Amino acid sequence: MSLNVEHASVRTLPSEKPLRLLDNAGHAVTGSATGGFGLPDTETLLELYRKMVVARRFDVQVTALTKQGRLATYPSAYGQEACEIGAVAALAAEDWLFPTYRDSIALLTRGIEPADILQSFRGDWHNGYDQHAHRTAAQATPLATQALHAVGLSHAARLRHDPIVALTFLGDGATSEGDAHEAFNFAAVWQTPTVFVVQNNQFAISVPLERQTRAATLADKAVGYGMPGYHVDGNDIAAMYAVTSAAVERARSGGGPTLIEGVTYRIEAHTNSDDPTRYRAARDVEHWKRRDPIERLEKFLVSEGALTEAMRTEITDAAEALAARTRDVMTTEAELDPLELFDHVYGRERAALLEQRAALEAEIAAGAFASHEGAAR
Amino acid sequence: MTATATSTPAAEASAAPTQLTMAGALNAALRDAMAADDRVIVYGEDVGPLGGVFRVTDGLQAEFGDQRIWDSPLAESGIIGTAVGMAMYGMRPVVEMQFDAFSYPAFEQMVSHVAKMRNRTKGRVTLPMVVRIPCAGAIGGVEHHSDSSESYWASTPGLTVVMPSNPADAYSMLREAIDSDDPVVFMEPKSRYWSKAPLALPVTTAPMDRAEVVREGADVTLIGYGPTVRTALEAAEAAAAEGLSIEVVDLRSLSPFDDETVGASVRKTSRAAVIHEAAQFGGYGAEVAARVTERNFHHLAAPVLRIAGFDIPFPSPKLEEYHLPTADRVLAALDTWEWDA
Ligand SMILES: Cc1ncc(C[n+]2csc(CCOP(=O)(O)OP(=O)(O)O)c2C)c(N)n1
Repeated sequence: MSLNVEHASVRTLPSEKPLRLLDNAGHAVTGSATGGFGLPDTETLLELYRKMVVARRFDVQVTALTKQGRLATYPSAYGQEACEIGAVAALAAEDWLFPTYRDSIALLTRGIEPADILQSFRGDWHNGYDQHAHRTAAQATPLATQALHAVGLSHAARLRHDPIVALTFLGDGATSEGDAHEAFNFAAVWQTPTVFVVQNNQFAISVPLERQTRAATLADKAVGYGMPGYHVDGNDIAAMYAVTSAAVERARSGGGPTLIEGVTYRIEAHTNSDDPTRYRAARDVEHWKRRDPIERLEKFLVSEGALTEAMRTEITDAAEALAARTRDVMTTEAELDPLELFDHVYGRERAALLEQRAALEAEIAAGAFASHEGAAR
Repeated sequence: MTATATSTPAAEASAAPTQLTMAGALNAALRDAMAADDRVIVYGEDVGPLGGVFRVTDGLQAEFGDQRIWDSPLAESGIIGTAVGMAMYGMRPVVEMQFDAFSYPAFEQMVSHVAKMRNRTKGRVTLPMVVRIPCAGAIGGVEHHSDSSESYWASTPGLTVVMPSNPADAYSMLREAIDSDDPVVFMEPKSRYWSKAPLALPVTTAPMDRAEVVREGADVTLIGYGPTVRTALEAAEAAAAEGLSIEVVDLRSLSPFDDETVGASVRKTSRAAVIHEAAQFGGYGAEVAARVTERNFHHLAAPVLRIAGFDIPFPSPKLEEYHLPTADRVLAALDTWEWDA
């Protein structure tokens, strides 16, 4: 296409050591390890800190509710807050997010209500929020499929001359899927304003990264497609935010796609039905808990004198309020209309579906499901 | 030509009928749709300067430029998956799968996303997109160039699946598919691409979800779609010489199925047979036979027959004539009924 005016090949290899702006002790990093990125200003970091604390509380609350049987399933992002929020915070309101099942806290950060985020996990309906209002696609379950949607949407925006960027999250396992390859390649060839954020949380359910790839880093893959790739410490939100912001900016100004790998760790199980003790050692989990993204930023902000006790209390209160709200909505039974099953399959009426709808209606009227009412949830 | 093909008044004023192939009619439909609505975009493999391997997109890039129609990278899942994103943004992508058997890499995008998007989002996100798939055999294609994938798509809720059998329908149905707010799998029988009919464009035939009686008859209803409509008409012609009056129904739409038109015909004739190229086992004909029987059992004088391809992978070019349903096979099948019973 003539949209990509110059054909500039990209040959820079991502750094071998993950880029970071804050080390694990919360000290600002200097020198080549920063990859030339600057530390975001304190106000921004405080805001990122707040978002992470609130998101963590939400995640912990939902995991607890899942254990109580309030949700059918919940894939936790505990430990991945820096990746999720650092990346999403780099987006403007008009940009689009294409998330996966793992990325509920990214949705929360986009302002989507807990009840709407959790609707699919508790089994009420597949996708509860208004995608267009929040510029956030439905959480995708088939791996890597959403990456192509992000490429398509951002390309359409570009054809329309709208300065809109699409960011999509992928897991490390998902990078093995054909759709990931196709998405990277389409984006690079078409030079679409797309940002791919691979959250390398080390495992695809039980399968470790070394069983997914022989590449030294997942960011290395970018080179083969001809787009910039960044290998980033995914528990350093300052770095995730800075690198993603630069990628979003480049995409918006016509510079094409970027692949960012955030190296992080999933502290919780894959979902509530998973048994992580079968495939990873407790000491590894402990090791990664000591690299907690929230604590890291907190240490920095405290040492800078930027995070006061009053602020901390205010943030904790906000997190607790959200948790309470989440508990409330999850303990309230949703009103479900089984006849709505037929309403959104096609835009046009279909005789066969109308017949099936009428049949179900008659069954319900005859009391066929009376014993199930209320109990299904 | 379908019985109800009509021209719009504007076309009557401007154009006298000219001989047009189905490929030409499809090309004209794409051109007119792109001219009418700048949200309509076209991409796929080799659709640009080459004009598609069947030349259905011939000349369109020269006319509309490479931001309306372009060659995508060679990846079917990528083509469908990006079209999902574009349709979400309000474009109306019309994408081409080069051949039926090469659409399989896109199966997941089709089934998991294209078909389900409206439903999973409670109707908030719709996908106005068309997936054009050249389909079926009888063009001497080598392996993987002559599949019949219609049942895969037709049994997927959320997809609308249509297949024209003649140039007028090809034009009208493609225009309607592009205007549809739901995703449409638009199957183009390759063996009919070069069939000709006198046409004055633009032409509007019956709505694309309706079947059409393309030949009236009293004794048997032959149900075909796409390439087998011609087979059915040939069989009807031959049978007429022997005093058997066959009615031919062109389904046009596989999903939804037009129970009304088919049912009315079957109740009139009391006998029905369905013809398709795809393998019989679990094929589309099974659905037709079951539906026709369920709804018209007491009007039927005999079991509904299926005349289909064998239950084998599509054969090599030199063997395909043995596999494809022919008019003779249709007539032989009809002979298996006990006509006096
Ligand atoms: C196409 C596809 N195959 C298999 C699955 C089942 N599955 C769900 S999650 C998962 C692991 C994914 O791992 P990764 O991409 O690293 O993401 P993470 O769950 O770690 O965030 C698998 C195999 C799926 N959802 N989609």
